[in-house]
Amino acid sequence: MTTETTTATPPVSALLAGKGRGIVDRFGDRALYVLTLAAALLSVAIVLGLAYKIVDEASSAFSTFGFGFLTSSDFDPVKGNFGAADFIYGTVVSSFGALLLATPISIAIALFLTELAPRSSRTAIGTLVELLAGIPSVILGLWGIIILGPFLNDHFEPILHAVLGWIPLFGGQYGLVGMFPAILILTIMTVPIVSSLTREIFATVPPTDKEGALALGATRWEMIKTVVLPYSRPGIVGAVILGLGRAVGEAIAVTQVIGNTAAIHSNIFLPADTLASKIANSYQGAATDLQISSLAYFAVILFVLSLIFNSVARLLVRSVESRSRSSG
Amino acid sequence: MESTRKPEHPLLAARSGNLRRRRAANRGMEISAWVAAVLAVGVLALVIASVAVKGIGSISLDFLTKNADPNALGSTGGIGNALVGTGILVGLATLMAVPVGILVAIYTNEFASARSRNTIRYFLDLLNGVPTIVTGIFIFGLLVAGHQQSGFAGSVALAVVMLPLVARSCQEVLALVPETTKEAGLALGASRWRTTVSVVVPTALSGMITGALLAVARALGETAPLLFVSSIFAPTLASDPSQPLPSVPVVIFQFSESPEPAKHDQAWAAALVLIAVVLLISIVARILSARMRRRLGAAR
Amino acid sequence: MNYNPTDDLTVVDPEEKTMPRSPGHAESSAPTPAPPVTSEVASGLEEMHATRHVRLDELHAYYGDNHAVRGVNLSFEPGRVTAIIGPSGCGKSTMVRCVNRMHEEIPGARSAGRVLLDDVDLHGANVDVVTVRRLVGMVFQKPNPFPTMSIFDNVASGLKFTGTPRGEITDRVHFALEGAGLWSEVEGRLSSTGMSLSGGQQQRLCIARALAVEPDVLLMDEPCSALDPVATLKIEQLIGQLKEKVTIAVVTHNMQQAGRVADTTAFMLDGEVVEVGPTEKMFTNPDDQRTEQYVTGKFG
Repeated sequence: MTTETTTATPPVSALLAGKGRGIVDRFGDRALYVLTLAAALLSVAIVLGLAYKIVDEASSAFSTFGFGFLTSSDFDPVKGNFGAADFIYGTVVSSFGALLLATPISIAIALFLTELAPRSSRTAIGTLVELLAGIPSVILGLWGIIILGPFLNDHFEPILHAVLGWIPLFGGQYGLVGMFPAILILTIMTVPIVSSLTREIFATVPPTDKEGALALGATRWEMIKTVVLPYSRPGIVGAVILGLGRAVGEAIAVTQVIGNTAAIHSNIFLPADTLASKIANSYQGAATDLQISSLAYFAVILFVLSLIFNSVARLLVRSVESRSRSSG
Repeated sequence: MESTRKPEHPLLAARSGNLRRRRAANRGMEISAWVAAVLAVGVLALVIASVAVKGIGSISLDFLTKNADPNALGSTGGIGNALVGTGILVGLATLMAVPVGILVAIYTNEFASARSRNTIRYFLDLLNGVPTIVTGIFIFGLLVAGHQQSGFAGSVALAVVMLPLVARSCQEVLALVPETTKEAGLALGASRWRTTVSVVVPTALSGMITGALLAVARALGETAPLLFVSSIFAPTLASDPSQPLPSVPVVIFQFSESPEPAKHDQAWAAALVLIAVVLLISIVARILSARMRRRLGAAR
Repeated sequence: MNYNPTDDLTVVDPEEKTMPRSPGHAESSAPTPAPPVTSEVASGLEEMHATRHVRLDELHAYYGDNHAVRGVNLSFEPGRVTAIIGPSGCGKSTMVRCVNRMHEEIPGARSAGRVLLDDVDLHGANVDVVTVRRLVGMVFQKPNPFPTMSIFDNVASGLKFTGTPRGEITDRVHFALEGAGLWSEVEGRLSSTGMSLSGGQQQRLCIARALAVEPDVLLMDEPCSALDPVATLKIEQLIGQLKEKVTIAVVTHNMQQAGRVADTTAFMLDGEVVEVGPTEKMFTNPDDQRTEQYVTGKFG
């Protein structure tokens, strides 16, 4: 068997001399690394810069009021006295109220989509629920002002008052705007978030555990109660906290329906205000530097809250996912 | 199905204990779940229907081309300048956020150690969770305070909102590219950067486009970041980003706060335009995403 | 052990290519004589002649602390196919991946020893790994055409990485597809996606893609293990037809395949080459008892 060597085949060393690669190719690796690293550092820098800047903006308010800002109910631009207490109260009530309503609804929807709905319609219905999250908040607020508010005022609240008026919570005044419509709007905004995250968490429950319960003769609900829910509990808590973060930070839709009257009272049907809502409402001319700085102080509070919520939620959701991966 | 089976046999009935009660509880759960799902879809339908019904009447060519004047009385004007303004603001924001987001995703997928990857993901998640009104205050302090509002500052604010969305979806999509596809590229004698740029990224491309589209849909509807940064504008058609530019969501916000019913009508019409565009983009993005997952699934 | 395969050749007459017989396993079908070289494969890649030999000199490979390849000495000669057989986990894939330096792409993996292509150590200090991979091609276990590229673009991809001028690319793609015996099947649909082909066709597409850059050596890592028997047979025939054009090494866990396809067979166990020799001898009269036990099915 002859292998003709008609043309001399070049020695390998010549081939490896790297003639095949132009200068761009050689430095391409390094260039890509530097470019992408720069982008990554930029992203981190944005977060740090944001934190720094808003703290900087808030500094004059902080130096004037200190931590007492958080407990003072004053908000008087004329006298130059500012305090966040009323708004903190509003934020807490609105977001907790929203999560109180949103959590069971979201869990029910997630159960529906993972256990009960006919398989063929699961993606479609799931997509529809997620589309709810895609509605711009200003449009939900518009709907809240013009449709939901009057509806509640004319139809829902009178009934509530008539039937449950003996409970102080439902016995007071009500109007077109207030905390209650804001809670409902926030519920609408947080349900898609909490339910889609809960749905993902339910999907990590090992099917063998579920089958084991059913094989013992459990009803579907009993299986869910004994297997799915306990397994998912930290994840659900994480999802709820994430939803809480969303509710706390929502400015636009809330400011449209809440009535922008800061006060602390137990009647959720009266107008109120929240931290985010107040900031949004002041865009048309916070007069003094101190006022602007106080609004920045609000922003700092919101940022710290979002930081805490995000980190805690992440930890909880991760713990469920890593658990399922290791036992998977 | 389970809940409709009746134990006929006395033996089974004896062992079923409080089966009736248990089955009732099960039924109750099923009903609640159905109710919740119907509620969610119902609210969605309700909101969209309200916008459609209330807005359709005011839509006209005039409306789409005339300029918005929040201070003018009556129903004169339209959203022409707001449409142009939104286009410019979101367009510039996309040009800023998408390349950076893609590059960050490439970094975490190709170069980062596990620890850097987690750190960067953490910061991106944080950024994603920052309330948009806070982002507005940030950009206000950075670019507006001491100067004046500008469309450019508005785009930067929107870009900051978009960045974590783009980065996260690109990260997920790049991670889906099968390792063997990358190996095929390397084995052919492509350098690492060449493999990334000519093999990995194109494989993930439709997923990246989906991520970008969803981020754009989000940015189109954002009001809060713009309030302090690009909200005081003249009722004329403006396209210079060094000046504050009007935008559709901000205009809707201002109209909605107005006491005049005529302005409310315009708000509904603008909302109809906005929601139609946002929903359209979201649906296109999801179709693209489903298609890409199918294709990559075949390759695994 | 230093075995030089040219010492006692199983003479193969190119005109009448009979494949070495596989050992008498009851289940195995009688080996079919190879069909004559099809004109398709002959005309494709006319310019290519296998001339270079590969020699592994005290090659070691590690995954972290795991010593996967232990002091291997082995040659692949041009003009003949070398098969590497052994039980799963014996290190045969790892060893072969050291030849084109894909092993080092895995985090924590390293190697020691020399891999000589003719007289040059591919693992040498100043050797560019990307260029190595243009000289040594690889076909993977599971066909991995680039999912988003057309058939044409898949085959052309290696050429594009090396900056081949566009005019040349079309011709070379044609020749490569001929050389892989695939041209007649895809001639009319070069622009359809690579994923539209059957598994066997996809693997021949990957072979064409590897051949397009005209490598000196072709490494095949269990190329038929994901394919059905008909597709497997086609590829085995192809290997026989390609061995004049490129130095071929095939890793396989299928002993019958080694019997059908290879002139020389090396048996690996626990990271070492236990024995290497002409395929006929390895299966009928091996020197080492472990080889005998493996080929007669006592383990593995």
